[in-house]
Amino acid sequence: MAELTERPFPPGAYPLVVVGSGPGALQLTYTLRGMGIDHAVISQDDAPGGMFRKWPIFQRMLSWTKPFAEQKRGSREYERYDWNSMLGEEQDTRAIMPTVMDGTSYFPSRPEMERGLATFAQRTGLQVRHGCRWEATRRLEGGDLVLETSDGEYRAPTIVFAVGVSQPWRPPVLDLEGVEQYGDLRPAETYRDRRVFIVGKQNSGFEIASGLLPWARQIVLASPSPAQLSVQTHSLVGVRARYVQPYEDYALAGGVVILDASIEKVERDRDVFHVTTKSAHEDHPRHFVADDVIAATGFTCPLLDLPEIGVATFGQSRLPAQTPFWRSVSIDGVYFAGTIMQGSQGLRKHGIPSNSGAVQGYRYNARVLARHLAETRFGKPRQRRAIKPDEVIPLLLAEASRGPELWHQRSYLARVVSLDRAEGIFDEGILPLAHFVDDSDGPDAVAITLESNGQDPPYPTAYIRRRGQTLHERSLQPPDILLEYDGPAYARELAAALEPVLDQALTRVTP
Amino acid sequence: MEVRPDVVDILSGFALFADMSTPELENIVQTFGEVYFAEGERVVRQGLTATGFYVVLDGGANIVVGGKERGNLRPGDFFGEISCLLGEPPTADVVATKPLRCLVLAPHALEEFLVANPHVMYRVLQGEARKLRTTTKWLS
Repeated sequence: MAELTERPFPPGAYPLVVVGSGPGALQLTYTLRGMGIDHAVISQDDAPGGMFRKWPIFQRMLSWTKPFAEQKRGSREYERYDWNSMLGEEQDTRAIMPTVMDGTSYFPSRPEMERGLATFAQRTGLQVRHGCRWEATRRLEGGDLVLETSDGEYRAPTIVFAVGVSQPWRPPVLDLEGVEQYGDLRPAETYRDRRVFIVGKQNSGFEIASGLLPWARQIVLASPSPAQLSVQTHSLVGVRARYVQPYEDYALAGGVVILDASIEKVERDRDVFHVTTKSAHEDHPRHFVADDVIAATGFTCPLLDLPEIGVATFGQSRLPAQTPFWRSVSIDGVYFAGTIMQGSQGLRKHGIPSNSGAVQGYRYNARVLARHLAETRFGKPRQRRAIKPDEVIPLLLAEASRGPELWHQRSYLARVVSLDRAEGIFDEGILPLAHFVDDSDGPDAVAITLESNGQDPPYPTAYIRRRGQTLHERSLQPPDILLEYDGPAYARELAAALEPVLDQALTRVTP
Repeated sequence: MEVRPDVVDILSGFALFADMSTPELENIVQTFGEVYFAEGERVVRQGLTATGFYVVLDGGANIVVGGKERGNLRPGDFFGEISCLLGEPPTADVVATKPLRCLVLAPHALEEFLVANPHVMYRVLQGEARKLRTTTKWLS
């Protein structure tokens, strides 16, 4: 690719630096460039989407791209069905993924995902300084940050880290020579006729188990609490449907054991491991003999020295704690993009997290972040569109029915309409819901989201803010089985909810 | 968000979990998520539904009703249970007064959790009894 030879963005001072070249970084730099924001992009990888050359280990993504859908391919509404494409403005930069998939599965393979990203980068002419490894970070008096890289130093007041949540993590009990880790497994056939003990019952553990079903003699999947299944949680929380096969083998006594127990001890005796487990429901420990022990116990962020310069982190993944606009809560000028954005948790309504850990979620975050950076760090006012009073309710309900941002980021991203009596009514676009409900300086406004409660189909919820306070929320019920929310019944309900902030005449609904 | 391994040690020092064995605490740690709030950030918002049951691990928070401070929360304290149990919006804001780290359980999961862990349920009831006593004293 051209940028490999031209090596753009030499070390030096920039207004903004993006670190990374995965989907999060590409979406961000594309959107920033479209806004005319001068910035540099550096990445240690040799080409876009370096992670997809390693993971997922059994080849296919967990995210769909449905080649055929109700909505026209390439339209904004089609994005609901295409979880993997980057979001371009020009037609040939939209819905790229279905054009690079061979049709054998609607879950893209790793090479297909990598090809989709490379195609987007090539068609948009995005520039990245590849082969430039971030190695250390300093803060200068005055607030600027300095990145020490393999190519030299970059100085900027604003840096966005899009470096993934990609370092496999294992608990001390598994810190033993010979214990393998997600990401460095041997070829599947080398587990032929072996007893495999997998620690961890999330998607990575079940992915490994599914991949080894044709090979292993016995598979034990163990962790203290029961696995959740996405088909039960009605969300991306839990093991995805395509990795549930080990459960059926367990239920049908097919050589798979699924165990709710903590790992007390792992010892190696020549060619075998002895694993001791303890369950909260049994009086005595259990002992297993295994030929292989595999840690599928999660991932952490490769933040290097950011915690030492004051970036607060939390949870096993050491995610940086972030504001609703993905800035470190503790260090000004440090922002995050890509899967790390899940550290900005939002409202977690009904306990359901955002989809910011996945492409279909963080690609929208990236656009919101770009607009926010342009507004707050570069003094470029956010574009907003004046709308007429009788457009408010149809707009909000159309967004709830077909807006991809709301579908992919439920109770997290919202479509906002401000209702300032002095200035008028404006479509403010997509904003983080957490920002909207806590924005005590904001004008009267309404935000609409889609909400999932873990049981019912998703339903729209409107948040009405008046005089800086969130007056109330109104869920439009009952959920529609066909997921269409722009009918007259929902319009009447929303109109009633908006009464405090809109004149009755303005909320009149044509049945 | 999964919780850090050190949480088991922290929980073992809390009255709420005083009756639990280590495997039981490890199970709890995997049942809950871990969340973090910066100073000044709202954890629970008065009037907004479906928040959760929280246990404070580190830091502190104020309970604010209608803009007035009505109490504070420290490590080992819990909140959000009334809203979860009644299925109603919280009647107070909870605002972090310093960096706040909590365990959180989804509202719909609280019943199953308490029924499966009767010792924790008893400790929660003790907490509710203390709150009721305080309220009764205040009213009288």
